[in-house]
Amino acid sequence: MSVVFEKTKGLTDKEFHYCPGCTHGIIHRLVGEVLEEMDLLDDAIGVAPVGCAVLAYDYFNCDMHEAAHGRAPAVATGVKRVLPEKTVFAYQGDGDLASIGTAEIVHAAHRGEMITVIFVNNAIYGMTGGQMAPTTMIGQKTTTSPFGRNAEQTGSPIRIAEMLATIDGAGFIERVSVHNPVHIRKTKKAIRTAFECQQNRKGFSMVEVLSTCPTNWGMSPIASLGWLAENMIPYYPLGNFRNPDKEA
Amino acid sequence: MEKVLMKGNEALCAAAIRGGCRYFFGYPITPQNEIPEYMSRELPKAGGVFLQAESEVAAINMVYGAAGAGGRVMTSSSSPGIALKQEGISYICGAELPCVIVNISRGGPGLGGIQPSQADYFQSTRGGGNGDYRLLVLAPANIQEAVDLMTEAFDIADYYRMPVMILGDGMIGQMMEPVVFKTPAARELPEKEWATTGTGGARTPNIINSLRLDPAELEKLNLHLQEKYERVRANEVRYEMHQTDEAELVFVAYGTSARIVKNAVAVMRRQGVKAGLIRPISLWPFPERAFDELPGSVRALMSVELSQGQMIDDVKISARGRWPVGFYGRSGGMIFTQQEIVEAGEKMLREVSHVSGV
Amino acid sequence: MAKARGNVFFDSDRCKGCELCTTVCPVDILAMNRQAINRKGYHPAHVTDPEKCIACGNCALVCPDLVISVERVA
Repeated sequence: MSVVFEKTKGLTDKEFHYCPGCTHGIIHRLVGEVLEEMDLLDDAIGVAPVGCAVLAYDYFNCDMHEAAHGRAPAVATGVKRVLPEKTVFAYQGDGDLASIGTAEIVHAAHRGEMITVIFVNNAIYGMTGGQMAPTTMIGQKTTTSPFGRNAEQTGSPIRIAEMLATIDGAGFIERVSVHNPVHIRKTKKAIRTAFECQQNRKGFSMVEVLSTCPTNWGMSPIASLGWLAENMIPYYPLGNFRNPDKEA
Repeated sequence: MEKVLMKGNEALCAAAIRGGCRYFFGYPITPQNEIPEYMSRELPKAGGVFLQAESEVAAINMVYGAAGAGGRVMTSSSSPGIALKQEGISYICGAELPCVIVNISRGGPGLGGIQPSQADYFQSTRGGGNGDYRLLVLAPANIQEAVDLMTEAFDIADYYRMPVMILGDGMIGQMMEPVVFKTPAARELPEKEWATTGTGGARTPNIINSLRLDPAELEKLNLHLQEKYERVRANEVRYEMHQTDEAELVFVAYGTSARIVKNAVAVMRRQGVKAGLIRPISLWPFPERAFDELPGSVRALMSVELSQGQMIDDVKISARGRWPVGFYGRSGGMIFTQQEIVEAGEKMLREVSHVSGV
Repeated sequence: MAKARGNVFFDSDRCKGCELCTTVCPVDILAMNRQAINRKGYHPAHVTDPEKCIACGNCALVCPDLVISVERVA
């Protein structure tokens, strides 16, 4: 009799507040599992964003900070500069990272900050009730793009992974998705490689995870996974954009 | 203890390092640039870390992270830069983190100018960020005092788990004066078991956080903070009574203004006019009790500031209607001369005598 | 090679009825239990045919709320 799957020690026992079918829960679990498997939990300090994952400080079973909106990479920088031997990560949504916090993420990468950022891209502001985000798709209806996002007025969705991959300080940049088991396993592998990049001091690491928001997309959890695959993946191609071992 | 001639900005840094500062996050802005420059040279030598952030907003959030990880951390800026840090400062207060913030203030509003100003009084003492929070705000009037206050600042911040602000201005920052560096007074400081240093598998996770979605919990945090601020009010008020015995007119001025007012007081005393000065050193908590120590001879107060009048509100509150409160100020970086103060003081005394028919 | 056999456990009160697990079971033995309502007021997912479970773990993999644990018995 062997265990195939059980709850990771990387997460506390607190139940998630996320909406039914929201894939934040899967991503939290993958981060928790990787931290546990790499035996980093005792030395990890995480930084939670402002957004749906604002309560992440109650979920990750390690020391945590709650950062101001968009400032998690700066908070993580402060922690890492005081505790260079510890594992420091930030967990952010797209409103947090790709909008108000763009300067912080760009400069953390630019400095080659030895931190790992888990960037959850669900193309919308979730916590505040479904407003348009810089990552919202063209034509996508949200509470602040009620007629569908219009590129002339609001530009096109921002591709963070490609943008950060141009920065020398970035050691590992990969975009993944959690819309089915195969991709969930790939996401876990990417998260692990990101933390290894930090551990081996190969530079700044970030994993952009395409994720769903059933409630604010106005779809069922199952339909949301399909919508992600059909609409987001073509625009946000999955893959590695920067890897410390193979030359970019 | 040998004396050394030093520029205010640099003396502040030397005292900070002596006071235990090991982490500095800053951003260039006149007139405090010598601070990040000095720290970039000297902190690494002291085994510390200097980092220039991409903005003041990022810098204050780096301070939040470093303080939360248990580091003795400082940042500095000037007026508009301090304005950018207000949200971060509010978070730091909400999460009860210790740090030292230096504001070498300059003329405002907006981009304003780079000459000295005291127009950040409200921002510093009333809080420019959101929520009921306070900073211990200390205003040195010379470089030695700046050094002495800074030497204690990190212990005070750790003791109360709150930010300490050293509020100078362009003059304090740019002047050179001889200073001696004293060792900080011993202070019983608790261990930082709350810091996020990694659980080490030996404790439950520490969380640095100012979010309390449950209103009852947020009120509990607020009441806890107010209890802390009561202790600060009880223990950290600092002021100087200068020639207030038998005074008829008492000026109220801090920092650079107080230096000029002391000269004006000397001129008036020589001319037989009994003037004196209350010099607040802690701007918050404001030294209200200094006004209760004033002699019966006092007939008027005058707040003298390098602004359009901000501390005057606290002077009126402390006066409690016992005396008329006048005001004299210059702004934009213009500095009043002692003669301007003498004339303003005498004019006020004439008006008060006229009114009371003495 | 003998067919793998597994046991699946549902911590039903954690389930939010999102149905994701029912879409990835290779032997199609997961469904929403319309006869039950959990503490959160949802119909929780459950196993219709426990003997057929091959302990692949897909259901646990896609569950956003750590409802499912899986063990292999053979």
